[in-house]
Amino acid sequence: MSPPLLQVRDLRVHFPVRTGGVLFADYTPLKAVDGVSFDLAAGETLGIVGESGCGKSTLGRAVLQLLPPTSGAVAWLGTDVDLADKAALKARRRDMQVVFQDPLASLDPRMTAGAIIAEPLRNYHPELSSPDIKARVARMMEQVGLLPAMLNRYPHEFSGGQCQRIGIARAMILKPKLVVCDEPVSALDVSIRAQVINLLMDLQRELQLSMLFISHDLAVVRHISHRVMVLYLGKMMELADRDSLYRAPRHPYTRALMTAVPIPDPDQERAKPRAVTFGDLPSPLSPPSGCVFRTRCPKATAICAAAAPPLEAVAAGQLVACHHWRT
Amino acid sequence: MAAMGLLAPNGRATGEVRFAGANLLTARESELNAIRGNTLAMVFQDPMTSLTPHMKVGRQLTEVLQRHRGLGKAAARDQAIAMLRRVQIPEPERRFVMYPHELSGGLRQRVMIAMALLCGPRLIIADEPTTALDVTVQAQILDLIRLARDETGTSIILITHDLGVVAGLADRVAVMYAGRIVETGEVRRIFKTPQHPYTQGLLACTPRLDDAATAALRTIPGQPPNLQRLPPGCAYHPRCPYVMDRCRTNRPALLPAAVGGMKACFLDDLHLKAAS
Amino acid sequence: MMAVNLSSPHGAALEAAGEVAGRSLWQDAWRRLRANRAAVVSLIILAIIAVASIVGPYLLPWTYDEIDWDHIEALPPDFALGHYFGTDSLGRDLLARTLFGGRISLTVGILATFVALFIGVAVGAIAGFVGGKVDQVLMRFVDLMYSVPLTFFVIILMVLFGRNFILMFLAIGAVEWLTMARIVRGQTLALRGKEFIEAARASGGSTTAIILRHIVPNVLGVVMVYVTLTIPQVILLESFLSFLGLGVQEPMTSWGMLINDGAAELEINPRTLIIPAVFMTVTLFCFNFLGDGLRDALDPKDR
Repeated sequence: MSPPLLQVRDLRVHFPVRTGGVLFADYTPLKAVDGVSFDLAAGETLGIVGESGCGKSTLGRAVLQLLPPTSGAVAWLGTDVDLADKAALKARRRDMQVVFQDPLASLDPRMTAGAIIAEPLRNYHPELSSPDIKARVARMMEQVGLLPAMLNRYPHEFSGGQCQRIGIARAMILKPKLVVCDEPVSALDVSIRAQVINLLMDLQRELQLSMLFISHDLAVVRHISHRVMVLYLGKMMELADRDSLYRAPRHPYTRALMTAVPIPDPDQERAKPRAVTFGDLPSPLSPPSGCVFRTRCPKATAICAAAAPPLEAVAAGQLVACHHWRT
Repeated sequence: MAAMGLLAPNGRATGEVRFAGANLLTARESELNAIRGNTLAMVFQDPMTSLTPHMKVGRQLTEVLQRHRGLGKAAARDQAIAMLRRVQIPEPERRFVMYPHELSGGLRQRVMIAMALLCGPRLIIADEPTTALDVTVQAQILDLIRLARDETGTSIILITHDLGVVAGLADRVAVMYAGRIVETGEVRRIFKTPQHPYTQGLLACTPRLDDAATAALRTIPGQPPNLQRLPPGCAYHPRCPYVMDRCRTNRPALLPAAVGGMKACFLDDLHLKAAS
Repeated sequence: MMAVNLSSPHGAALEAAGEVAGRSLWQDAWRRLRANRAAVVSLIILAIIAVASIVGPYLLPWTYDEIDWDHIEALPPDFALGHYFGTDSLGRDLLARTLFGGRISLTVGILATFVALFIGVAVGAIAGFVGGKVDQVLMRFVDLMYSVPLTFFVIILMVLFGRNFILMFLAIGAVEWLTMARIVRGQTLALRGKEFIEAARASGGSTTAIILRHIVPNVLGVVMVYVTLTIPQVILLESFLSFLGLGVQEPMTSWGMLINDGAAELEINPRTLIIPAVFMTVTLFCFNFLGDGLRDALDPKDR
C-alpha cells in the first residue's frame, strides 16, 4: 500500500513565553501543540475541532512548515520534510496550500484580485507568459464562482464571501495535494457560509484534494469532514470517523462540546440537558497535571490528576484519551 | 443602538422608540443618562472593549450603583459583590479588584451581565453577547442570561446571527434583512413554518449538528446587499428563489401572516408552505 | 474606476461585457494621482520651478556670479537693465541667483532624499521582516549613527574625500535614512504578522519576493509622506551646512543661503529675503500636497 499523503508523528510546537524576570527573562514554554499524531490519506478531509487556544491553528501552520515544530515529524508521502533544505521546502509548499480565516486580512490590500491569485503561479512557474497566467487566473476565478472581469478589483471592493473565494482560488491554482483551511467560514455571514462550504467540497472532489479543516464549529466540521480530531490545550482528546464521533462521542470533552452547540430548533434546544462543563479554559501556560481537561470534567477522579490518559483505540478508527471513556 | 441614543454622530434615527411610555429618540441627553444603565441596560459583543481597560472591575460596577441608586461606597461594594456572586463568578472579592484584561472572556462577559443587572433593569439589550466566546462558555453564559431573565422578570432584546441561540432563548423573533424587519413571530412558529423566503433560506443553509450530513448544503445565492445601494423593490429579490415581477419594483409591507406573526412578502402562505 | 455596486449582479454584468486588461499598482496609482487636483497643480508648479531652475540661468542676461558694477547698491527691479527681480547688495542679479540657488537646493533635496529613501527602506524592511540577529545588528548600527553629530560626520567625510558637492548630499542622505529606516521597520513589523504575508509565504514566495512584492508597496504610503517632509528638511539642512562653510560656497548659492543673506538685510532690503523665500515656500507646499496625493494614490482603499 502506498504511504499516506501526510503522516504526523508526535508533533510538538512550544513557544517560549516571557513570564517574568527583571534583567534576565524567565521563559515558560507554551505548549501550543503537544504530542499530536495522525495520518491523512489522499482525498480525505480531516476536521480539527477545538476551542480558542487549543492549538488547532498552530497545528495547521506546523504541518505547512510555516512554523518550525519543537519536536516530532511531519512526513510527506513517506519522506520527512527537511526544514533546512530551502529548495526542497519550496518544492513541498507547491503541494500544500492554505486558506485563512479572515478573508480580507489574508489578501494584500495593494494587489488586485488577479495579481493575488496569480502569485503562486509566478513563484513556481516563472516561465509562464502573462497571457498564460491571465488565462489560468481567469479559469480559476470562474471555478470558484468569481467573474473573471473582476480581475482588476482590489480586495476591499469585494464582499467577505468573495474575498474568501479569492483566497480559495489562490490556494487552488497550483492544484495542490493538501489544503489547510484555517476557520475558512467563521468570519462569513450565515448565508454565505454554506456557499463557501459547498465550494470547498466541490473543489475537493474535482481536484482530489486532501484537506485539514480547522474550525470551532462542530456542525460545519461534521458536514465537510471524513474524520474528526478534537483538540484541547494542545492535546488530542479524540480522533474518530465522522459518523462514530458524532453518533457516539466517547470523550467527556467531545460530549460537552456537542451539548454546548445550540440547535436551531426551539423544542430540541430547550429540551436538551444544560451545560455540563464548568468554568473557563485554564491558562495554557500552566495546564493542569495529568489529564488537561480534568478541571472542567464532570467525571474527573484522582487518577486524572495523577496520570495523563493514553490514546486508546476504543473501536475501529476511534481513539480516545480518557481514563473513564467506558462510563 | 438607536434606542439607546448611542448612534454614531452621523447616524440619525427617525420614528419613535417608546420605553415605558417615554420616547427615547426625542429624549434629551440628561434624560437618557437617567434611563441608560438604570432601567435600560446593554450587553455588548466584545466585553474586552466595552469595559474600561484602566479601571478595576469593582469601580466600574460601584460607579453605576452610586450614580443611579445614590448608594454609599460600602453599600455599593456589598451589592456589587453580591451581584458578581449571583452571576456565578468564583471568588468575587478577588475579581472585584482586578482589571478587565486579567479576566478571561467568559468572566468578562459575566461582569458585563452583572453590570447590566445591577440596577434591576426592565429591559436588557444584548448585542451578540456570546459571539466572541467559545461554545462551552457560550452555553454557560446563555444559561446565565436565561436564569437572570427568569429570576428578575426583565425583558431582553437579543441580537444575534446564531439561529441556535435564538431557538434556545427567545420567545418572539424578528428577522431582519438589509435594515428592515422581514418577518416576526413566536419562536416555534418561525422555526417550524418560516414564512419569508429569507428566513427559510437561513434555516436551510445552517449546517446542523443533529441532522445527517447531506451531500451539499442548501445555499442562499448571491451576496448580502450593499446598504448604500439597495436593490429597488424588495431588498431580498435578487437572491429570492420565488421572485415575481412586482418584487422588483414594489416593496412588500409587513403584514399579518395567516399562521401568526407578520411577514413582508408578496407570496401567500400556502404557496410558501408547499415550496418549503 | 466605475462606481458600480459591487454586490449587485447588474454592475458585474456591465463589466463582464468588455475584456479587461491587467493593471499594476503603479498604473492605478498614476490614474488616481491624476484625479487629485491639488496634487496635479503641485506637480505642474514643481515642474515649472524645476525647468526654470535648470534652463532659466542660461536665458537671463546676467549670470548668478556676475556683478553689475554700476548697481552695487541693491537695485529694485529694473526691466531695462535685465534685472527683473533687482540685484542684491553686491549687485548680482537676484533672479539669476534665485534660479541657480533652486538648482542646487532641489538637486540636494531630491537626491539626498532618494539616497535616504533607498537605504532607509531597504534597511528598515530587511531588519523588520527578517528580524532576529539581522534586526539587532542593523538597528544598533542605526542607533550608533544617530549618536554621531551631523557636523562632526560631515567634517570627517570632508577630510577623507575632500570638498565635493556630491559629498554633501551623500552626507545628508546618510543621516536622513536613519529615521526612514526606523519608520519602515516599525511598519514592517506590523505587516509581518498579517495573514497575507503568511499566505505569500505559503504560496512559495521567497523572502526577497515577499519584501519586494508585499512589504515595500504597503509601506510606501507612509514613506511617501515622510519623503515629502524630508525634502524640505534637507533643503534647510543644506543651508545650515553652507552657513557653516561646509556646503556650497560663494559665489555659488542655494535658497537656504539666499534666505540667510536676505534675513540679514531684512530692514533695508526685504526684497532679497522675500523672493527666494517665496520660491522655497511654494516648493515645499507643493511637495507636501504631492506627498499627500501620492499617499492616497498608492492606497487602493482611498478613492
